[in-house]
This record gives sequence, structure tokens and C-alpha cells, in this order.
Amino acid sequence: MSIEVRNVSKRFGSFQALDDVSLDVDGGALTALLGPSGSGKSTLLRIIAGLEWPDSGEIHLAGEDATPLTTQQRGVGFVFQHYAAFKHMSVRENIAFGLKIRKRPKDEVRSRVDELLDLVQLQGFGDRYPAQLSGGQRQRMALARALAPEPKVLLLDEPFGALDARVRAELRVWLRRLHDETHTTTVFVTHDQEEAMDVADSVVVMNKGRVEQVAGPRELYDAPANEFVMSFVGQATRIDDAWVRPHDFELVLVPNGSTREAQVERVVHLGFEVRAELVRDDGETLAVQLTRDQAAQLELERGQIVYVRPTHQTTF
Amino acid sequence: MIVLLPIAALVWASQKDGLHQFWSVATSPEAIAALKLTLGASVVVSLVSAFFGTITAWVLVRDEFRGKSIVNAVIDLPFALPTIVASLTLLALYGPQSPLGIDISLTRKAIVLALLFVTLPFVVRTVQPVLLELDLEAEEAARSLGASELRVFRSIVLPNILPGILSGVALAFARAVGEIGALVLIAGNVPFKTEVASVFVFLHIQGGDQAGASAVAVVMLVISFALLLAIGGLRFLATRHERA
Amino acid sequence: MRKYILRFLALGYLLAVLLGPLSMVFFRAFDKGTGALWKTLSDPNTVHAFKLTLIIALIAVPLNAVFGVVCALAIVRRRFPGAGLVNAIVDLPLAISPVVVGLSLFLLYGRTGWFGPWFARHGMQILFALPSMVIATIFVSLPFVAREVVPTLREIGDEQEQAARTLGASSWQTFWRITLPSIRWAVIYGVVLTTARCLGEYGAVAVVSGNIEGKTQTATLRVQDAYENFNQSGAYGISLVLAAISVVVLITMTVLRPKEEEAL
Repeated sequence: MSIEVRNVSKRFGSFQALDDVSLDVDGGALTALLGPSGSGKSTLLRIIAGLEWPDSGEIHLAGEDATPLTTQQRGVGFVFQHYAAFKHMSVRENIAFGLKIRKRPKDEVRSRVDELLDLVQLQGFGDRYPAQLSGGQRQRMALARALAPEPKVLLLDEPFGALDARVRAELRVWLRRLHDETHTTTVFVTHDQEEAMDVADSVVVMNKGRVEQVAGPRELYDAPANEFVMSFVGQATRIDDAWVRPHDFELVLVPNGSTREAQVERVVHLGFEVRAELVRDDGETLAVQLTRDQAAQLELERGQIVYVRPTHQTTF
Repeated sequence: MIVLLPIAALVWASQKDGLHQFWSVATSPEAIAALKLTLGASVVVSLVSAFFGTITAWVLVRDEFRGKSIVNAVIDLPFALPTIVASLTLLALYGPQSPLGIDISLTRKAIVLALLFVTLPFVVRTVQPVLLELDLEAEEAARSLGASELRVFRSIVLPNILPGILSGVALAFARAVGEIGALVLIAGNVPFKTEVASVFVFLHIQGGDQAGASAVAVVMLVISFALLLAIGGLRFLATRHERA
Repeated sequence: MRKYILRFLALGYLLAVLLGPLSMVFFRAFDKGTGALWKTLSDPNTVHAFKLTLIIALIAVPLNAVFGVVCALAIVRRRFPGAGLVNAIVDLPLAISPVVVGLSLFLLYGRTGWFGPWFARHGMQILFALPSMVIATIFVSLPFVAREVVPTLREIGDEQEQAARTLGASSWQTFWRITLPSIRWAVIYGVVLTTARCLGEYGAVAVVSGNIEGKTQTATLRVQDAYENFNQSGAYGISLVLAAISVVVLITMTVLRPKEEEAL
């Protein structure tokens, strides 16, 4: 089911959360809403779900105007950052909730819940209560609960934000696989660019209530639409009027025509790569990324004088 | 509806005979004596309650001893016990047949004692949660910076629990001003001696003097509203650090 | 050392003000033997007083439970206008003297009051009868449920309710299946407190009831009546029953507290 956002604006008091946002999400796509906090990404997701009302603009689901519909009528699956587990219900009762509301026959509910417990790998946890689960397990339960009524759209609000790094990485892979199997139109909100690039087919970058760019992960990195996207997605240093990625520097010990002099401020060994922080003669600092081999050859030390030259730069 | 309508009726009745009449009734010597006694007793009770309530809360949170959970439960007893029963129980121990030989019935001491009984939980229950949530590390930090125990209490603990103490005191004060059940049996109703405002109102209703009862009742009402405002203000102060 | 001084002060205070006097009631009630105690308690007027107290509580408690939950929802979720006013009013009965409450009702329903004449013409007696006693009791025990439920509602937040709505639940279904189960311990706790207050109310009821033995005399009024008529063992006997109820209330409260925390 496709999602269409038309000219949506929303204010909270004096804060402009969304400023005339329009966006198309194709049916079956896996889309990330990426942006810093306060960029309006969660508000947009909640407006799509009907949990907030836009001040102006329309939401169309599957080509039909859904703006006047309540959350209850929209039939979307929603996963909350802090799980929103029903604490007084067991895992089974949580997952069955949407089905019981729809008055499905008992047998059907039971088999569907079993199926979902398998899918989210919580077999054997059905009779536990949310308080007895780990964060990752709770979030999987919340996902199963959202999927139970077979929604046409799955919306996730920073679904992995409250989890630790390892569980987060696991659930990312798992979400990707789940989408490949079900092809449910999925939109998730994240402030983590790596997560967005890792999971989504299409990334919507938002800033200050506006959409900055909609593109696939690769295009976003290689051809950012503007300075905000350039600096927010991946690292970049601004040199004069151009932007340079840390891996787009050439570093040599002997000056040649186009290089400039710089002093090594700090050398950081990150294991798989080495990062050098340089201060140019005009006081500008540069972050330069080197391979282990390059670093070994240069034998950089703090205080040393080197010569740098950008090999690739982007101007806007 | 249930709350506001009767109060409106009261205010309306009190000024029916004109403000002048209201004023002369409210300032009659007996009314003044009753109101003075009420406020005086309430102030004493609030202070004692603040002191012992804070200590009790402290002991319940920081101290460990056998039976603490029972003591903790007993604190709420004045909330659960009918006030008239409270009056009778105090009479049993501190009345004419006192096994301790202490008879304070029908004196002003009895008023203070009865009010201490019914207001006992307020300060304890408003300070306790604040103490529980108090960051022990902040006290340790103060100690590590060379602060004495007294200094730690004054500079770290007290500022944090003060809003709790004050709102407990305000609640206790409001209760003390309005209490009647606990006073009836032990304190009696001697005008100019042990007749507090609520008893004054009660007696004057029974004596058919609605104007007199209303006048004093309105004064009590004003005190109630002022206290509610004070509590609201304290809540605002207590949470001001959490607001951005 | 300081620790023991504080402990001594706190416990000594409790003993002098609270526990000492209370334990005396038990001794006094049995002063003249269990026979005399039973005679007092089985007196028809005493039985009637307890019955009346119970009837008032049975009417007032459910009404206040419903009202308290509605008020708490209004205050915390602020879904309709006037929520601010509700918040301000709900604590009012705690600050107002019961006697003042009684007088207010007296003036409202009395012969010359705003509503008194109307009810009199329609043959309904409000003052010195059950209705005014119920209204007075409702008034003074109004805030307890709301005060317990409000912080719990704040704490659980509305995410669970939003989740229920995304899963297709109506507001009514959300309330019954999600909100109410989450706040049930707070509601029960508030109901226990309300019940205690209803059973123990004295001041407001004393003003509006007229205190007619065997008719509008509640248990607490009877304690005073008995004492002032030099029937001390009677007064202590009834007090013993009321105190016993309070202890049950107290135990219920203590048992409920930790459960409430567990559920959160």
C-alpha cells in the first residue's frame, strides 16, 4: 500500500515541527526517515499513523484520502521506541490484542499468535510478562503485536533506539529479512545514519521540519543534494568553499605543487583504519582517514609536518 | 456541582444581611477568640509536626531496624481511623481516668495533642518519597569536598526536602484548622477557652444562629483557599529544577 | 549515636501520640467484660447506626470511585475543556473543614436555602435524612481516588493507549482493556481510603444529619452520643469495632502498596 504525504504542516506552540512536507512512499518499499532530533521525522510518522493531526495538508493511503480517519480506522501497524508493551498482559495476550479487538475466532487467534511467536523467535516466552523480557525481546514482541492484524503499512518510531549496540545490529538484519519475506510497506524513523543506510532501500533525510533529500543509500552519500545532507550523512570537512570526505585526501611527506602544509595534531588507531587530525597553517583542522598500510609507510607522529591535497571534493 | 454549589450557597448566605452585618458577626469577641485559638493551635501543631514528621521520615528511609515496615504502616493509621475514635483513644490515655495520671482533657493542650494525632501522616508522607529519591551521591560528593554532617544536611538535604516539608505542613495546617471530630470529646467547647472555629460553627448551627456560623465558616473557607494556593505554589517550586 | 537519638525521637513520638492511646481503646472496651461489650453492640440503635453507616458508604464509595477515575483522566489526559478547573477543585474538600461543608449543605438544602423549598414542595426530605448525609460524605471523600490515580496515570504515560489505538481499539475498548487494568491498584487503593473516610466521617454528617437516635445516627455520631451520656463502655465498644475496621483498612493498604510498585 502506498503512502502519499501532501503539503503537511504541523506546529507545536511556537515550534514548527513540519513545514509543508510532501513525500511519496511506494507500496512494498522499506523507507527510513533520517534526521537529527527535532527534525520532524517522528511527527511525520505519527501523522501518517493518525496519532497526531496535521495543521494543514493531507495523508493518502493506497491512493485514498486518509486525513479524516482516526488511528483506529487507518489499520496501520505501529512500533514505539519504548515498546509500549501492555504490562498487565502476557506476551501471547499482547500479540493477540489486535485480533481480539477484531473479534476473530479463538482458534484463528491462537494459530496466528503461534505463527508470530515463531516469526519473532519468542517460542516458549508466550506466557511471560513484558517485565520478564529483555529489551530486544520486548521490541520483537511489539513487532509481532503490530504485525498480527496484518497491517498494510508498518510504521516504526526509532524502534531500536533504546537497545544496546549488539542487539540493535541483530534486529536490523532481522527487520530487513522480515521485509523481504512479507513486502509490507515499511517506514521507520532513525537518527542513526548507519542504521538507515544498512536497512532501507530509500532514505528520506529531514532537517528542521523539511525534507532535504530522498535517495538510495549510495546516491545519498555520493551525490548529496546540499550541504546539510553532505555533513549529516557521513563525515565531511569543509575546506574553503568545498566539502571533502576524510578518505578523499592524499597525504605526502614531500610537498608538490598543489599540496598544502599541515601539522599532525593527533593520530588515532581505530584498528581497521587510522585517522589523523591535522592543523593547516591557516589554523583549519582536517580529519584524514588512512589505511593501515598508508599509516605504516608514513610513520606519522604528533607535531610532524605533512602535505595534504584533496583528491575529490564537492561544491554546492 | 457537588463541590462548588454548596460553597456558593455558603458565601451567598453569609452576606445576605449585608457586609456590615457579616463583619460585626465575624469580629464578635467569641468568634475572634475561636479563630485566634484555631490559628494558634494550628501553627503550634504544624511546627511540631514538621519537626517530628521530618525525623520520622528520615528514620523510615535511612535507618534499619526490626519492625520498620510495621511502623511504616502504622503512620497511615490516623487516615484510616475515624476522628471521633481518635478523640476517644486520646481521652483513654490522657483523660480523667488516665493510667499515667496525666489529665489534659478540656484544656488547650488537648487540642494540640488531638490535632497532632490527626495530622501525623502528612509531613511524613510528603517528605518520605523525596528522601527516597534523594541522590546519595550528592551527599557523598559534599562530604568528599570536606562538608561536615550538619553542613551536608543544611546545604544538600534540606533544600531538597524543604518543598516536601512545606507542602506537608500546609496540608497539616489545613487539616488542623478544619478538624472537629478529634476535638469533640477531649477538648470540649468552652467558649474563649477550648472552642475552636469548627466547634464554634457547629454549635452556632445547632443553636440556630446561621449568620454567626456562616461568617466564621467563610473566614475558614478563605484560609482553605489560601492554603490550596500555597500548596499549588509549592508544587510549582518543587518541580522548577526539572523544567527546562 | 545520632542514629539512635533520631530513632528514639521518632518512635517515642509515635508511641505517645498514636500507639499508646490506641492500645488503650482495647483495654477500655473490655473493661466490663465481653458480656457488657456484646450488650452494647447488639443494642438496636447501635445496630441501626452501623447499618446506616454502611448504607452511606455503599452509595458514596462507588460514586466517588467512578467520579475519581473520570476526574483523574480529565486532569492527566486533558482531553476536554475545563480540565484545569477540575484539577483545582478536586483537592478542595481536603482543605475545607467538614463542618463548613456541612453548613454549606445546610444552607443549600435547608428551609430557606436555594434548593430546600423546591425539595420540600415535592415531598422530599434532604436535610436531617439520608440524602444530605450521603451528599456530605461524598463531598468529604471526593479527592481520594483521583489523588491516587493521577500520579499512576502520569507514570504509565499514554504510549500503551496509543498502541492500542493503532491496533484498532476504540476509546471505550482502550479504557477497559488497557487504561483501567494499568491503574487498577491505584483505584483499589483510593477506594480503600475513600471507604475509610466514609465510615469515619463525623463533622459534616454531624451538621446535616440532626443526629436522631435510631434514625439518622451513624456509628461515629453514636460514639459521641454514648460518651456524652456517660455510657463509656458503649462508646469504647463501638470505637473498638471502628478501630478494628481501620486496622483492616491499614493492612489492606500495606498489602496493596508493594503490588502497585511491582505492576509498574
